[in-house]
Amino acid sequence: MSRSTEELIAALAADITPVRRLMPPMLRAGIWLGLFSVLAALAVLVFADLNIFTERMGHWRVAAETAATFLTGVAAVVAAFHLSLPDRPRAWALLPLPPAIVWLGLSGLGCWQAWLERGPGGLGAGQSLRCFLLIVGFSVPIGGALLWSLAKARPLQPVSTAAVGGLGAAALCAFLLQFFHPFEVTASDLAYHLAAVGLVIGSASAAGRRALA
Amino acid sequence: MGGAGADQETAWRRLMRAAQDGESAAYVTLLRQIAPFIRSLARRRFRDEDAVEDVVQETLLSLHRVRQSYDPARPFTPWLAAIASRRIVDALRRKARLAQNETSDESAYETFADPLSNKDVEAGETAQLVAALVESLPRAQKEALELVKLKELSLAEASAASGQTVGGLKVSVHRAIKTLRAKLGLAE
Repeated sequence: MSRSTEELIAALAADITPVRRLMPPMLRAGIWLGLFSVLAALAVLVFADLNIFTERMGHWRVAAETAATFLTGVAAVVAAFHLSLPDRPRAWALLPLPPAIVWLGLSGLGCWQAWLERGPGGLGAGQSLRCFLLIVGFSVPIGGALLWSLAKARPLQPVSTAAVGGLGAAALCAFLLQFFHPFEVTASDLAYHLAAVGLVIGSASAAGRRALA
Repeated sequence: MGGAGADQETAWRRLMRAAQDGESAAYVTLLRQIAPFIRSLARRRFRDEDAVEDVVQETLLSLHRVRQSYDPARPFTPWLAAIASRRIVDALRRKARLAQNETSDESAYETFADPLSNKDVEAGETAQLVAALVESLPRAQKEALELVKLKELSLAEASAASGQTVGGLKVSVHRAIKTLRAKLGLAE
């Protein structure tokens, strides 16, 4: 064995301290999502108009889109906790893909229907900027809390772990937005939603390089 | 896995569990035992022994950093192999990047016929380069290097000044020098 490797082993052994083993990733994701659900439920109960929300959920497409958004968030959070460990398959990153495709597909369908019903007016801006700011604004504390939890594993691939975590945070925020979004999604809204999700994923990836490394 | 392999796996799992509990002797035994295994993985991709040893050391450092993520209920060898494989990929990328950016121009190194004529200019340039590289190190490594190697404080003094443990300082200094050597293209 080379001298420097032997020296390194001695240095590492001198540095050893007892560590608290991480819980299994599914359990960690469950706890994180449980805490998120409690806080989100409180926010919804205090601030959202549940009557309008219930009325909107009566429409199959809006209900399915909301469910797909939520599932994308849950799947991405579960995937991120698995990706944060060295020996879990990278294929976990694909878990959020199916619900994300349904989510975007149904959002697109909503835009198309709005265009058919209202003509070019259906493509215009609803409250796009407000949605953008809500998604990005919610994502800061939610994404921050998620990165903090993921950092406990010190992921070997911090950027991809943070990117998937960012998708989870953004999707959960887009889901929360449904409670504060009493109108149909227009094409412009969709573009703003996508831009917000992209911004959150990009920021999480950039932050992940430092925060998780 | 065969009998010997299964015995080894059981032994490594037990040693890693003890290492997670802070048992230094078990940790040294484990690291010494796994080093040849990591070396054999690295040799499949690198012929150069320095590169192989770099991978071994990077893997040991990574294992140390993520040791809380090992679940004793799961096999140890795949966990270790995944860390080593990550470090091998990083080393291959580094090598490819270096090969891409390096061009060989023998005449560029010589501005005057007498090598001593270039000494002062080169020393200044090297100092600037090293200073820039030190600046680019992670905070803990930079601090450890400055206190232990540049200000030449004892490990105990440096520990008191920085709040890092003595072992942590040794690791940080080791990593810092290794990074600087790699960036300057120097062998071990």
